[in-house]
Amino acid sequence: MEQHELATANQELTAWDRVLRARQPQRPHTLDYVFALCEEFVELHGDRRFGDDPAIVGGLAAFGERTVVVIGHQKGNDTRENMRRNFGMPHPEGYRKALRLMRHAEKFGLPLICFVDTPGANPNKESEERGQANAIAECIQTMTNLRTPIVAAVIGEGGSGGALAISVGDRILMQENAIYSVASPEAAAAILWRDAARAPDAASALKLTAQDLYALEIIDEVVPEPPGGAHLNPQAAITTLGERIQAHLDELCALDLPTLLQRRYAKYRSMGRYQELADVLLRSVKQG
Amino acid sequence: MKELFRRTRKSFSSAEISEQAQIPDDLWVKCSACREIIYKKQLYDNLKVCPKCGHHMRMSAHEWLGLLDVGSFSETDVHLLPTDPLGFVTPDESYAVKLKKSQQRTGMADAVIAGVGSINGIVLALGVGDFSFMGASMGSVYGEKMARAAERAAEMNIPLLTINTSGGARQQEGVIALMQMAKVTMALNRLAEAGQPHIAVLVDPCYGGVTASYPSVADIIIAEPGANIGFAGKRLIEQIIRQKLPAGFQTAEFMLEHGMIDLVVPRNELRDVLARLLRHYDRRRQTRSVPASEAPAYANGRP
Ligand SMILES: [Zn+2]
Repeated sequence: MEQHELATANQELTAWDRVLRARQPQRPHTLDYVFALCEEFVELHGDRRFGDDPAIVGGLAAFGERTVVVIGHQKGNDTRENMRRNFGMPHPEGYRKALRLMRHAEKFGLPLICFVDTPGANPNKESEERGQANAIAECIQTMTNLRTPIVAAVIGEGGSGGALAISVGDRILMQENAIYSVASPEAAAAILWRDAARAPDAASALKLTAQDLYALEIIDEVVPEPPGGAHLNPQAAITTLGERIQAHLDELCALDLPTLLQRRYAKYRSMGRYQELADVLLRSVKQG
Repeated sequence: MKELFRRTRKSFSSAEISEQAQIPDDLWVKCSACREIIYKKQLYDNLKVCPKCGHHMRMSAHEWLGLLDVGSFSETDVHLLPTDPLGFVTPDESYAVKLKKSQQRTGMADAVIAGVGSINGIVLALGVGDFSFMGASMGSVYGEKMARAAERAAEMNIPLLTINTSGGARQQEGVIALMQMAKVTMALNRLAEAGQPHIAVLVDPCYGGVTASYPSVADIIIAEPGANIGFAGKRLIEQIIRQKLPAGFQTAEFMLEHGMIDLVVPRNELRDVLARLLRHYDRRRQTRSVPASEAPAYANGRP
């Protein structure tokens, strides 16, 4: 197929096609990006409270001219690695490791790059006992006013609160075949369609594709993938995303801190769709 | 509207809520916890806490307003109405229709009432969720009302009280709903900069995106006895681990035991505890040794 035809075919993908591509096990994952895009990566471990969660990785790295802190969900390329990484579903200690690294970035004035790729935060007994809700909430809170630039890139699945926990930032990028959703299509289908098999319908209704979320002004940029998806040409996907992250970091690092934080406030404060009626109108709505 | 707090004893004050109806003495209800039959009047006199077993029944957002001093509440942001940003349709019904039905049934525009009121004369901003409106799921209006409540508290230099119950983010608003978690948390930075506290009360049930955002980073977190509180729903966890969860899992007491909340407070003591806490922050006005302008600007409790 010609390049042009492929591009057209890409645009006609359904939401469910995107979901399947986002979950493709051969897609590049966080560490693939870090090793390809950065020099001198030093992975840092542990939350200093309970343990070290392999579902979230992070550390110091040289990205272009800058030293940065990178944080990301880490899935495996095979079953064995996925078991070890818990399919990229973090426990609270994973988020608390991320939290520690965020503060590390702030303390040393290093920009933060986050790679988002998780089906969601791990829902099990131990996670509840150790405060999954609190761990996610603290990450979100910390990112809202972290005094350093933050670029987040969704490189696969952006699964609900577990994704949001490391993706509140100044720029949110999504790869062309990445998804970001309030709930997994399967979970939404089970609740709203009473049938998990209706996941493709739920995927379409949830507006979870990069294209949808760009149109809804939730994300800042859709980053192209090579024809057929990132898994068919990982190196090309990695290079393109790296260039876009670099461009956004250059812009953000040129801003003074108060401006950066002010814009981040405005960015999130304006998220939401509602009607605000004048008194007169409200009365007529209530009567009619 | 039930005359819930007027005839209550001890610490709860009576609340002057307009259009209150008298409850006929002969109506009875069955307690969902102990299955005992209770006279409705007796139940309401006891703040909807079962007099037989102590089970705390759910309260509407309007009923919660009775926590405030009589006549002190003025509602804000009544003009905010939900929309259907995704054009969300399921086989059962569209989000637009579901909203309309919920509005007609509850008389509310969406799941939150916000405003300003006082407790024992101390003025505070308030945001209260109502589980009967689509499970108090957090969509744009919920998020906007809570965010404005936080900003209003910061502007007026008063504390913020949130009463939280929710099934989580509102799926029908997709990622827009998810982003409300960040939005409300963002707005709370203003409150932190103003040096005013956010006190969050968690009531049954409170799950998902609400538990995993602003209430869990409140300065003080209080829960009602027996309230179910968690991140993932119990049924989901049971499906995944393929075994039954122990009794008492994800209750207020479980949260206290695991260090996630400050206090478990029975409903008839709540007003007293809130008043005491509020006085501690209020007392700073007389005793502040460092002028406010020279105090370090703490954001999120971090310098
Ligand atoms: Zn009972």
